Amino acid sequence: MPRKERRNWLNFNNMSQTLNIQNLHASVDGNEILKGLTLEVPKGEVHAIMGPNGSGKSTLSKVLAGHEDYEVSEGLVTMDGVDLLELEIDERSRAGLFLAFQYPHEIPGVTNANFLRAALQARLPKGEEIDAVGFYKDMYAKMDSLNMDRKFTGRAVNDGFSGGEKKRNEILQMMMLDPNYAILDETDSGLDIDALKIVAEGVNRMRSPERGFLVITHYQRLLDYIVPDVVHVLFDGRIIKTGGKELALELEEKGYDWVTQELAPA
Amino acid sequence: MADSATLEAVNIDQDAGDFTYPEDYEHDAGYGLTTETIDYISDIKKEADWIREFRHRALKVFNDKPMPTHWASKDLENIVFDNIRYYLSKGQKPTRSWDEVPDDVKETFERLGIPEKERKFLAGVEAQFDSEAAYSNVKEELEKEGVIFVNSTEGLREHPELFRKWFGKVIPTGDNKFSALNSAVFSGGSFIYVPPGVKVAHPLQAYFRINAENFGQFERTLIIVDEGAEVTYMEGCTAPKFETATLHSAVVELVAMKDAKIQYITVQNWSNNVFNLVTKRGMAHENAEIRWIDCNIGSRLTMKYPGVIMKGRKARGEVISIALANDGQHQDTGAKMIHAADETTSNVVSKSISVGEGRSTYRGQVHIPKHLKGCKNNTECDALLINSNSRTDTYPAITVRGNQHATQHEASVSQVSEEQIFYMQQRGLSEGEAMSLSVNGFVNDLVREFPMEYSVELKRLIDMEMEGSVG
Repeated sequence: MPRKERRNWLNFNNMSQTLNIQNLHASVDGNEILKGLTLEVPKGEVHAIMGPNGSGKSTLSKVLAGHEDYEVSEGLVTMDGVDLLELEIDERSRAGLFLAFQYPHEIPGVTNANFLRAALQARLPKGEEIDAVGFYKDMYAKMDSLNMDRKFTGRAVNDGFSGGEKKRNEILQMMMLDPNYAILDETDSGLDIDALKIVAEGVNRMRSPERGFLVITHYQRLLDYIVPDVVHVLFDGRIIKTGGKELALELEEKGYDWVTQELAPA
Repeated sequence: MADSATLEAVNIDQDAGDFTYPEDYEHDAGYGLTTETIDYISDIKKEADWIREFRHRALKVFNDKPMPTHWASKDLENIVFDNIRYYLSKGQKPTRSWDEVPDDVKETFERLGIPEKERKFLAGVEAQFDSEAAYSNVKEELEKEGVIFVNSTEGLREHPELFRKWFGKVIPTGDNKFSALNSAVFSGGSFIYVPPGVKVAHPLQAYFRINAENFGQFERTLIIVDEGAEVTYMEGCTAPKFETATLHSAVVELVAMKDAKIQYITVQNWSNNVFNLVTKRGMAHENAEIRWIDCNIGSRLTMKYPGVIMKGRKARGEVISIALANDGQHQDTGAKMIHAADETTSNVVSKSISVGEGRSTYRGQVHIPKHLKGCKNNTECDALLINSNSRTDTYPAITVRGNQHATQHEASVSQVSEEQIFYMQQRGLSEGEAMSLSVNGFVNDLVREFPMEYSVELKRLIDMEMEGSVG
């Protein structure tokens, strides 16, 4: 997009309360994975992205979060009118973008409580201190709602956690950081049905007109519990089909081949 | 998120913690080390003949001993002994109250960022200001219990029979070249005696710092804890930065009688030009316990291997250490565990962090002879490398003879992964904050061993060191 056009477009989008992805091209190690992805998630909506393995689902979440292994060659991403691609990883976070990781990393020796506190502290102006009592009160209430034992506050982040515990911990972090846009990257993977329900309930409680969700999943199962407003099908780095929540059911029934064949020239 | 190339671009804020004050010395032995230097020191201190002779013998041992460069860092050869002043004194008398403490010492605490509320901990402080104690406040209750807590000069003068009995017994003059040097020119340091059965409730503290260019600080500490008594001693150092190398060579001897417990805690933050060559050793009698808790930050070269000689049955020795080596720094630290009685146990936990071109070395010695039975040793050493040009080495020497002992050795080397930093940044921490928090996490279980006010300071020192270590 030429410079002037880009600026006008940004100004126009300043008004909008959306996460807007336009013609996004991104590659890793020289291989192009995203090949012109366009997508818009307005606040207040839950969008699901479904796609077969290798379609670029996880790449999208990493690119949006700002992982440096991924190079953006073309396209534009704005979050409430702010040029997201111009921001550092942590700036994107503090601007209100949250990514629930598919594989949450362990942080040896750093307790959950200290990590969350540091993350919240990073959002305060210099010289301002987080209120410790209020922080613990808030955290305990949110842990209770996720059926998390309070002893998790004193355990090192994700260290020795089961798959389900890690995912629950991601949702706890999301609740504490209160983002404007949350990307859930295959949050259902590795969860049994009970854990899935708890996690989904947590997400549903956070649905609000002030927040947009991008739920990335391989399977329809998660969408039984987190019912999306819009479903997109990602294939070969592009959104090839967009529909309502029934699209997820149709995909589950007919498989991804059905969409890709539909696209193929007769 | 920095890629590996930017992670290599280390830019440490070397000025953090650099400060100095005008100097005004009443006594100055001048540069270089001769028999005249020894006499000058002995004269000023009005020492007994036996201690003057002790110093002279030590000087000879020092001159005769070669540098241990066949195993240690060649950097030792860069110490020019003739360019060092071996005795400086402000001629101050120890003061009693906080109000009487010189303003520049208070300023040091200020720069260290010790909060107002923590300064009350310093009420029981013995702060060595250059060679002599600038401030000492032994609590009255301690005196009532018969606890002696004075500087070593005063200890020698007031309690010669107690001092002489143990002085140089745990660490003989000829133990190594630098223990000999200390024995020749020592001044300052603490002398502590805790009578039988007295459990000292509050840790005794000492703050040391160097404040003169080319000034070697050679404090000598002797702590004797009698049967069933207990004490915790803490020392912390911060040094201003100078253009030429400064030598610090202390000797610390601990004696724990039957059933006694000694905990010796050190937090050191030397400036980049200091050679910190320290000999620390304790002797634990029957069922006694000696713990060294040691944190080394800064200095050009630190060589320090706190040791415990477990002389009585069921004696216990422990060394817990944290080392952080930044650009131009070499932390060569470790532990010596000498088992000399049945059923003695020792534990060594060492964690080191190497930043930029910093180098950390673990050097450990465990000795369990054949004629003993039921001895146990556990050694763990973990190294964390921050940058791709950081360096760590491990030299464990474990000698176990006989078949009635249990030893265990674990070592690991790790790096803070880029994925971990990415994860933390995604939660809103800057790259530097993420690295700092990760490093603090690495040493967290050991930092907990330090008293509250020290762990706060330690965390601050680590944060300061990690500033600018990334991108």
